[in-house]
Amino acid sequence: MKLVTAIVKPFKLDEVREALGDLGVAGVTVTEVKGFGRQKGHTELYRGAEYVVDFLPKVKLEIALADEMVESAVEAITAAAQTGKIGDGKIFITTLEEVIRIRTGETGVEAV
Amino acid sequence: MTDVFQLQYALDTFYFLMCGALVMWMAAGFAMLEAGLVRSKNTTEILTKNIALFAVACTMYMVCGYAIMYGGDIFLSSITGDGATGAEEPATYAPSADFYFQVVFVATAMSIVSGSVAERMKLWAFLAFAVVMTGFIYPMEGAWTWGGASVFGMYTLGDLGFSDFAGSGIVHMAGASAALAGVLLLGARKGKYGPNGQVNAIPGANLPMATLGTFILWLGWFGFNGGSVLATASVESANAVAVVFMNTNAAASGGLIGALLVARLLFGKADLTMALNGALAGLVAITAEPSTPTVLQATLFGAAGGVLVVFSILTLDKLKLDDPVGAISVHGVVGLLGLLLVPITNEGSSFSGQLIGVATIFVWVFGASFIVWGILKATMGIRVSEEEEFSGVDIAECGMEAYPEFVSAKS
Repeated sequence: MKLVTAIVKPFKLDEVREALGDLGVAGVTVTEVKGFGRQKGHTELYRGAEYVVDFLPKVKLEIALADEMVESAVEAITAAAQTGKIGDGKIFITTLEEVIRIRTGETGVEAV
Repeated sequence: MTDVFQLQYALDTFYFLMCGALVMWMAAGFAMLEAGLVRSKNTTEILTKNIALFAVACTMYMVCGYAIMYGGDIFLSSITGDGATGAEEPATYAPSADFYFQVVFVATAMSIVSGSVAERMKLWAFLAFAVVMTGFIYPMEGAWTWGGASVFGMYTLGDLGFSDFAGSGIVHMAGASAALAGVLLLGARKGKYGPNGQVNAIPGANLPMATLGTFILWLGWFGFNGGSVLATASVESANAVAVVFMNTNAAASGGLIGALLVARLLFGKADLTMALNGALAGLVAITAEPSTPTVLQATLFGAAGGVLVVFSILTLDKLKLDDPVGAISVHGVVGLLGLLLVPITNEGSSFSGQLIGVATIFVWVFGASFIVWGILKATMGIRVSEEEEFSGVDIAECGMEAYPEFVSAKS
């Protein structure tokens, strides 16, 4: 099992969610996050004074998947979240040791 | 007493009271504007200051302010009579309506101060200042102007051709002068100015609230200027009221457009907060004389105020005078402009009279305020500690946050 963590542009969230839904992904956890990458921050203006916003808002999706689903999920997220411009985000894949469904106590792939 | 006079008396009194209620509502406008332009950690405290200063102003003006400004005894004991029969010169409105209309102006002057010293001044030092300002400093200069008294027996402003219809100088510039003295002794907010002369932005927390506040002030200003006609129950005064309403609205519009365009040209963006200050600047500019300009002149006077206010705000920042809401520029610098525009359309005033009036009001209010702020600074202190400023004066002074749900999950 793998945990796929994707950081995407907030306005792409709906498209990513639909693409994952079409694949049959059973659950996603979404968090509003802020950070910086190569895009860095951007400047804003208030009463004539410029100020730098260091951390830009992004959306973080966390998806637990069976191994065979990972490749297609990554493709779906990439296709849906891509604009081709700087700041499209990243996908991190980590190994997931165990998953437990709290309601039934099921473990492993059954619980994903 | 004829029925017609009774009707006129009732109508003028009613009009006066309703205009006073509109001016009272300006306190809500100031509260919303200031709450919108400070950071969220300083919201509760600025709201507390705004509503508490209103109560302090009403109480102090009742105790002694009105008596200092218009004569009579303390606690309003002299105005319980009937205006139509009791006064030497029969008025067409009730004496207590006059008090009510005057007292909300005092609160307006004091509201101007709270915005300039926001986010760093101690609550109780501010309220202590409010007691002196509304009970003594404002009533003194009010006595020399609207009260008709001589300035310490030296000269009488009215005789010199000074004219300030609804208070560009008497109310607005006076409030800004007190604010300027406070800001000088208080210092800038931490982080506002960098070491190499850079000016850092400290964005306000809630621009919808600031916009609502500006709309409320704009609405309330019809009472401020319209009520200053003092009557409406004759063809002549009704016409005057209508002209004042029209010109007041035109000046606000001109001011907003002027500031919006200047901000766009200077910064490349349509800065909303500058536009809001522009509308208020237009209103302040016309307040000294809304009855004699044509509506085109009123629009242009307002626009001049709107343009001036943007440059004034930028200049004050260069001088490291930190004014979070721009009140010194809106009410002080443009209040001065408003007074100097009066002789253009009002033949009863003179340019020299206006200048002497400006000097009198500024020197008195600024000087007296500087002394009072100075005494407060030396005794109880006027500024919160650096740590309190960092964590926000809401917790330091009021012990509560304006938006607690954002940090506390317990409900």
